[in-house]
This record gives sequence, C-alpha cells and structure tokens, in this order.
Amino acid sequence: MDINYTPEERAFRDEVRTFLNDKLPADISRKVKEHKRLGKEDTVRWQKILNEQGWLALHWPKEHGGTGWSPIQKHIFEEECAEAGAPTVLPFGVNMVAPVIIKFGTQEQKDYYLPRILRSDDWWCQGYSEPGAGSDLAGLKTRAVREGDHYIVNGQKTWTTLGQHANMIFCLVRTDPDAKKQEGISFLLIDMEKSEGITVRPLITLDGEHEVNEVFFDNVKVPVENLVGEENKGWTCAKYLLTFERTGIAGVGSSKAALAHLKQVAREQIVNGKPLIEEPHFRARLADVEMELMSLEMTNLRTVAAAEAGGVPGAESSFLKIMGTELRQEITDLFRRAAGPHALPFLPEELEGDFEGPYVGPEFAASVASRYFNFRKLSIFGGSNEIQKNIISKMILGL
Amino acid sequence: MDFKLSDEQRMLEETVGRLVRDTYTFDARNKILESEQGFSTDMWNQFAELGLLGVPFSEEAGGFNGGGPELMVVAEGFGRGLVVEPYLATVVLSGTLIDKLGDDAQKEQWVSAIIGGETRFALAAYEARGRYDHTVVETSAKKDGDGYVLSGEKAVVLHGDSADQLVVIARTGGDADARDGLSAFIVDANADGVSRKGYPTIDGLHAAEITLSNVKVGADALLGEEGKAIDALEATLDLALITLCAEASGAMEVACDQTLEYIKERQQFGVPIGKFQALQHRMVEMRMELEKVRSITMLAACSLDAPADLRKKRISAAKAQVGKSGRKVAEEAIQLFGGMGMMEETPVSHYAKRIVMIDHWFGDREYHLGILETLIDVDDHAA
Repeated sequence: MDINYTPEERAFRDEVRTFLNDKLPADISRKVKEHKRLGKEDTVRWQKILNEQGWLALHWPKEHGGTGWSPIQKHIFEEECAEAGAPTVLPFGVNMVAPVIIKFGTQEQKDYYLPRILRSDDWWCQGYSEPGAGSDLAGLKTRAVREGDHYIVNGQKTWTTLGQHANMIFCLVRTDPDAKKQEGISFLLIDMEKSEGITVRPLITLDGEHEVNEVFFDNVKVPVENLVGEENKGWTCAKYLLTFERTGIAGVGSSKAALAHLKQVAREQIVNGKPLIEEPHFRARLADVEMELMSLEMTNLRTVAAAEAGGVPGAESSFLKIMGTELRQEITDLFRRAAGPHALPFLPEELEGDFEGPYVGPEFAASVASRYFNFRKLSIFGGSNEIQKNIISKMILGL
Repeated sequence: MDFKLSDEQRMLEETVGRLVRDTYTFDARNKILESEQGFSTDMWNQFAELGLLGVPFSEEAGGFNGGGPELMVVAEGFGRGLVVEPYLATVVLSGTLIDKLGDDAQKEQWVSAIIGGETRFALAAYEARGRYDHTVVETSAKKDGDGYVLSGEKAVVLHGDSADQLVVIARTGGDADARDGLSAFIVDANADGVSRKGYPTIDGLHAAEITLSNVKVGADALLGEEGKAIDALEATLDLALITLCAEASGAMEVACDQTLEYIKERQQFGVPIGKFQALQHRMVEMRMELEKVRSITMLAACSLDAPADLRKKRISAAKAQVGKSGRKVAEEAIQLFGGMGMMEETPVSHYAKRIVMIDHWFGDREYHLGILETLIDVDDHAA
C-alpha cells in the first residue's frame, strides 16, 4: 500500500504543470480564479490550445485523437487543471456525445463529428430533460416520427445548459410511444442552425444568470442518418453515458482550489482587529471542511486506483457525486460568511472580466452570494443526489 | 499510487480475519465480557502464537516489522469482532514506546515479553485535569539516590486494572503543561504505593484510575533520556490513533452490514422495511460515512513517514472524521434496527457502543479538530 505517486506519475504531473504554466492564458485563468463570467470565446480558445497539444479528448481512445491516458493520468490532469484555474472543457461534445458516437455511431458519423468536436467547430448542448421528465428521464415525450428519410421532431427540452451558444444538440426522443417507457427512445443529433422550427428561450436562474434554456421543436426535420445506434435503443446510449468515466465527478481539484482561495480570503479579512481565519467558529468550520476534503480525496483516489487496476467505476461514482457536491456547496457557504454584510450587494456587472472597479465591498465578495445560490444546482443536476442514493441503494446495497 | 495490500499484509488480514470469524463469536465474546479480568488469556496466547503481538516490532526483536498499514489491517480485523483483549494497551501504547525509548537491555527484557504474550502492559499517561491533552502531567518523578520516587494520579488508564506492568509518564522537570520535562518509567503494577481502582467501560473494555504514592523505582526504570519523552510519546499516540481509527472502520463496516441485512429481512406493512426509500437513503448515508473513514484511515496509516506536521494533521483529521462519521453510523444503525437496536442481546448495539465511545479514547472529534485548526496552513497534497 502506497498513497504516493510513482516517479512516472510524478513526471507526468510535472509535464502537465509545465504545459499549464506555458499555455494557459493568464486572462482566462484570472477569470476562473476570481469567479468572473467566462464567455464562449474563452472556452473555445482554451479548448483549441488543449487540442493542439492533443489533450482535449481525455477519455477517447488514441485512434480517434484521444489521449489514451490511464485513469490516474486523467485524474492528475484534471486536478492540475483545476488548481491552475483552467476553465472547464464544455462536456457536451467531447465528453458526452463523442463517447456515444465512438461506441454506437456509424463510420460516417465518426468521420464527420469527431474531428469537428476536436477542433471546437461545433458547440454541443444536451437535449435530455423535459418539463415532465426530470429525475424520471425515461418519461420524456418529445416525439420523433419517421417520414421517408427524415424524422419529424415535436416537443420541448429544458435545462439546456449553454444552449444559447449551441449549433448542435443531441436529444433523446420518443420514436415508439406504444413500447415500454425505456424501449421507445432514440438518440438523435440535431443541427440547430440549419434546421427550421427550433426556438431557444433563456431561463434566468435565481442568481440572475443565463446559463440554461428551453428548446422548442416544432416540426423539425432531422435526416435519418443523424440517428445514433438503432432506433428505439437510445436508452442504451443514455445509460452508457451515465456510467462513462466519472472519475472527475468528485471535483476534488476545484474544491481544493476553492478552499485555498477561501483560506487566503479569511486571512485578509479583518474582523474586529483580527484576521477572520482566527475567529474560532469560522476556523472550526474550515477545519471540518479540510477534514472532509481529505476523506473525499482519498475516496476518489481509491476509485481511480480501482479503475487503473481494470475495474469499471460504476455506482461507486454516485458516492463521489454526493460527497463532492455537498463539500463544494459547504465551501460556497463559507465564502458567503467570509464576506459578511458585503455578501449582500448584488451588482452583476462586477462579475465581468473587464470590470475595473471600484467594487462596493471586497473584490472577492462580489460573486459569493450568487455563486452560493448558483451552486445549489450541483446536488440537482447530473442525477440529483437523491437519485444517486437510489442508484447506490439498488446497485450496491441490493435493496 | 497503489491501494492494494501486499502479500504479507493480506496474510495478516487473513490470519486476524479467520481468528475473529472462527473463535470470536458474539456468544464467545459475551462470556469473555462476563469474566472478571474482562478478556481471555487463551485468546491472548493465540495472538502470541500467531505472531500478532509482534506486528509493530523489528524483526531482530522477534517482530513482524510492521508499520501503519500493518497495524491498520490487524485493528480493522479486531474491530470487526469487537475484540476486547489489551492489544492497544500492551502492544501499541506500551510496547512501541518502550521500543522507541528503551535501551537494549530494556527492550530485550520487555519487548520480548510482550511479543511472547508473557507480560501485559498499560500506558498511564493522561490525567483528569488535562482530559485528552497528554502534555498536562502533574504526576512527578523526583530523583532519589540512583532511582526515582513517583507520585500522582492517572485517569482512565486503558487496561490499567489487569496490567502486569505500567509505563508511567511523569514529570521530571518543567511546568505542569510543558512539553519538556516528561519522562517515561516502567513501574510494576503491583509495586508498593500503586493503587488501582479498576472498572469496566461501556464499550466492553476495562480501565483504571491509578494512584501512585511515593512509588520507588530504580534507575533502570527510566526509558530514554530524562525529560525527553515527548516526541516518542507523541509518535506512539499517533500509532494508537491509527489503530483506533482502523478498529472503528472495521466495527462500522460490520454495523453497516448487520443493519443492511436487518432491513432486508424485517417485515412491516407487508414488505421488508428496506423497500422504504426513507430507510434506503439513510442506509446509503451510513455507507458513505464508512467509506470516508476507510479512506482517511488509509491516509493516516500511510503517513507515519511524512513530515511531523503533515503526519499530525492527517492523523488528527482521521480521528475527527471517525468521531463525526462514527456517531452517524452508530446512531443510524440503532434507529434502523428500531426497538431491537436498543437491546443488549442484539449485536449491533455493542458495535454502536464501541464506535461511539472510540471518540472518547485519546481525543474526541472536537479535540482533534482543534489540532487540525492549528495545522490548517500545512500544505497537504495526498500524493
């Protein structure tokens, strides 16, 4: 038993660090570290830099332009990226639709879409949830009816993250309304730019941000060749995605970076003549978070090491999702407290990367309350934490 | 990075596992609990025969040359069976301290006697005023010719009632709370001036309040340099904490398993109660807390060679996590068992008691979070 990285793993980490040091644009990492708004341009610019290095498609096999890395290498890479303040790669193309295309797609689909994803030519979004199908995803109603060499799609998707920038959407649609719930679903790729009948409407979240959207489909014609896998077998694709590579789901790297930032803030904030970090209640909560983070990191590493040894992280990643999101939410709560009364001013312009001040309160305080509210999403999306508990209960506990 | 056990570690795990499974049944343990000394000498002799009493000692001394992971493996196994024999008191707390501080003659005499199962020890370190703080020592050792005279009171000495020999931490210099000036002495538990008030503890063990009144010891009773015991004492307590965390981990595992089995069997409203989502989610949370404890115990067990601050940070974090997660698992186990969880005849109640009370041995959650607070700036990169 050895919890330390091997010399090879350490050399790899150094290689990643050097790359991040040389190639991660300072203006982008500054925005990430200071919790400013990131634009589409920032994400695309970073993805192109990653692709030039051959490090964008973390989870793809080498033959398709992926890294072919081991689980430990991926873990090291994700951790270093988070600590360096690299923006999150848009997951919908490279980490979600691409693995499905690689596993279930035709040669034509692979040849067309995969290089475009690598080059960031397309901005993908996900058409899964519907107003009536959230946790019960298989209850989705968006209809696709085959007419000649097209499907005609009608219905509504919701919670479509960053769909306002997207030109492509992958959708779960109902192709057989008479079959059992999971058996009449198909996986369709839809071009949002070229198709007629698609309307994207913004949904504004409680922090005032435009992150998610509703997408309406009104007699949208989709070529049959955009079907991935077999008709009525879309649920298989969806399930494959759910179990696919979720070692990063614990968010250890970003929690570590956030905790380090929180400590720095707590050292600088003076309360009644003393640094906030010396205030006993605050310090006790900080210590508790530190302890939980150590436990989470080791649990994550155990899962990574099991994957390295050839195991497939299945329902274990549900533990990581719950633990990781609860911890990140706790940290945002502490940030809010660190700001004190200056958590109150709500001035969204202070979150723009080019805002030059003056800030109403301390600079870090500008984002804390909105981030706290925004991060409530963590325990809701990607399978709510209650759904994760159902999964563990069924798959691991056999209840 | 590698979390697999080595062949030797797996062997150790199997040895303890088999012993606990085959001989340490619930009924057998209950009989042991009823006995006056509160543990089984037969069992102790088996530990000796199997080499378990030598795990943390060097091969030259006749030991297994084990470190943190080896102790962890043994203690997890003991935790699964709620083993009550004085392993922690004798082997970990006293044996490793003698091994760290003693000269060749002392080691030859005492470490061999421990490994062979002939002598049982207890570490008399903590005092009532200091609660969990081992530096608060008012027990004094005053020079008396070649030897020393010891006087003072020691509180809740684990297995102090049955020990043949004591390792007593006494002050040879410095103020009552100073780190300097602490010395360790070997004292015959039946020497003149030693009085012991023994009692059972609620988690199935035994302990004693020990009073030393002008107890005379020779120069050969002093372990190591006079007044310089603190580093070795702390390294020993760190080992004890790892052992306790691992024991908690093993006990929590069984508490989770027994609870899961129970909610699959127990029928109410015509179905097993494990069909109810309210209980399923609580069961999942228990397992999640168990995973945290397993993980951070491994981290602590693998950190004995880390720089002192980092080692202390991780070990205190582990013990604090055990306090927090252990309470949750124990309380939920009782709750999910319902009335049966309240019964002495239900094994899970014994697990719950041990898991909760481990928090009270060698520093509870608040105490160790307090230590972690002082080490909050120590950089921690797990790998």
